[in-house]
Amino acid sequence: MEPYVVSNVVTGVLLLAAAVAVAATRNRLWRDAARELWRRRPVALLAVGLYVLVALLDSIAWVGGGEGVALARPRSVVDRMFPADFQERSYSAPLAATGLYGGAPLRYPRRHLLGTDILGRDVLLQTLKGARVALLVGGLTTLIVIPMALLFGVTAGYHGGRVDDAVFFIISTLASMPGLLLLIALIMALGRGTVQVCVALGITGWVGFCRVARGETLKLRELDYVQAARALGASSGTIIRRHVLPNLAHLVVITFVLTFSGLVLSEAVLSWLGIGLDGSWGQMIDQARDELARDPIIGWNLGAASVALFGLILAVNLVGDGVRDVLDPRTRRERP
Amino acid sequence: MIVTYLLRRVLYGFATVLGVLLLLFVLFFLVTTPDDIARRALGEKAPPEALAQWKVNHGYDKPRIWNPEAPTDTMLAEHFKRMLTFNFGNSDADDVAITRRLREGVGPSLSLALPLFLLDLPLAIALALLVALLRETYVDRLGVALCVLGMSVSVLLYIVGGQYVLGKALRWFPISGFDPRPSVILRFLALPVAVGVMSGLGEGVRFYRTVFVEEVGRDHVRTARAKGCGEGRVMIWHVLRNALIPILTQVVIAIPFLFTGSLLLESFFGIPGLGALTVDAINNNDFATLRTMVYIGSLLFILGQILTDLSYAFVDPRVRLE
Repeated sequence: MEPYVVSNVVTGVLLLAAAVAVAATRNRLWRDAARELWRRRPVALLAVGLYVLVALLDSIAWVGGGEGVALARPRSVVDRMFPADFQERSYSAPLAATGLYGGAPLRYPRRHLLGTDILGRDVLLQTLKGARVALLVGGLTTLIVIPMALLFGVTAGYHGGRVDDAVFFIISTLASMPGLLLLIALIMALGRGTVQVCVALGITGWVGFCRVARGETLKLRELDYVQAARALGASSGTIIRRHVLPNLAHLVVITFVLTFSGLVLSEAVLSWLGIGLDGSWGQMIDQARDELARDPIIGWNLGAASVALFGLILAVNLVGDGVRDVLDPRTRRERP
Repeated sequence: MIVTYLLRRVLYGFATVLGVLLLLFVLFFLVTTPDDIARRALGEKAPPEALAQWKVNHGYDKPRIWNPEAPTDTMLAEHFKRMLTFNFGNSDADDVAITRRLREGVGPSLSLALPLFLLDLPLAIALALLVALLRETYVDRLGVALCVLGMSVSVLLYIVGGQYVLGKALRWFPISGFDPRPSVILRFLALPVAVGVMSGLGEGVRFYRTVFVEEVGRDHVRTARAKGCGEGRVMIWHVLRNALIPILTQVVIAIPFLFTGSLLLESFFGIPGLGALTVDAINNNDFATLRTMVYIGSLLFILGQILTDLSYAFVDPRVRLE
């Protein structure tokens, strides 16, 4: 199947799942928490929403429209906001009428809001398209991480004994390898591709959450109502589903948001090392690393990618703090 | 008591080392096979004889897991034997002994990482203490906001921006390079150290602030204040001392990175340390060096964890080693 079809289908499924999840949440606590979060961090939430919107628009693509070469190439909604062959020969400054070197007139004079890069690609378009890659890294990886961590963590914490020993050994082995080195080793072995990078990030990222889930389950197992459920003859499957998992839900949400920014920043570092994802902001920064040494200085490329990356991480960090304050009862008490 | 604990802890550490080695074997012999490695070195169209010869030259020619004639004569056994005896063999890329590379790289790595570590930690703790002392004031809010801002900037931007501002625009330091002679080494190290300190500061200050603020809320601190302790003395004597455990954990976790080096800083600023060695290994598909670096990093990390657990007992009388 064509990659853009997969992308369309996945986007549709994700949107549908999100809609169903929101509609099905009858629990007043979640709704209150969401309202409280909105009250505390409106700007950050709006910013995250904007990034998500751009990424969604860039995920829906189809073939056709335009003329010439563009006809055969699938182009996303974001691509279609720009002319089909929005390309120059090489660098041009923001809103310039001529190329940076040689001064030849551009094909689209004064139309490149953020200039063009060394290959003549429009920087604004590239920056917008980076949103999809960043959210893919953060989102897809967390979707790998959370089920895996919950499965291992809850099983180990609930059953204890040999199972716990085995899981704990796996966790401590992975945790005793320096994160970046493990990441590099995984990507060198698995190969360089979207799924491979996400799997590698997932393998390094699940350890922390697995540890938290295990510890929390150990605590929950001993609570009176869980003991009571067991005395009444509930099976361990039922207890985990009815009593353990709901009590871990707030941790899942908190971890999702807090892991997210770390993952996106890690991807940027990987791009810098030449093993990241194509089209990410990290790659744009990597390509621009020596451009500040040029004369005249070329900063728009680096600036656009850095600002976009910074904006997303800052917004997610702020939302993450808000989520933690709202959902974690412990942080409320800490304030003296 | 402490001897049996130490013994158990070391044995568990050794088991973890074996786990790390097993994972490395799975990654670099089963997922990416020696054939893949040879093909990456020689190119996709290399003839089979050349691939076989390359595998013989680089010690990849044994059966991987199972050898019916001699069960110990396999890559699996060889991998464990080589790594555990620190006999790392030669680089896949240019046949230089990896041990020699490691010896050459430790010096530059340490000369960058040690000053970085010694500046970063006290600075972060001092700032965090100050912010915690002024908690619930505008200074505190501003401090936390600055930390979140600092944490949100990618380390890449710190590196590129730091080099541009401090090296090119202000011309304070040479923009990159390394010279081990003591009279000039500082000139070359100042810029990467400054960039390294900057990039880690936000996260550090915020982490220690949380630790300190949590400690401030405890009963013994209230008692100290009630009996008339000054706020400064409370912070140093009652808060800082009791927050030593999380600080210690951070310190010991940081120690292995002193040796394995900061990958990004070293490769960008041209410091020929172990981090730069690792980056070269990535670019050259040098799997032997990469394997060794991951192994050594993990080994130091595990040692560090054992040391942390032991040091808890010295710092905190409540912790008993059992």
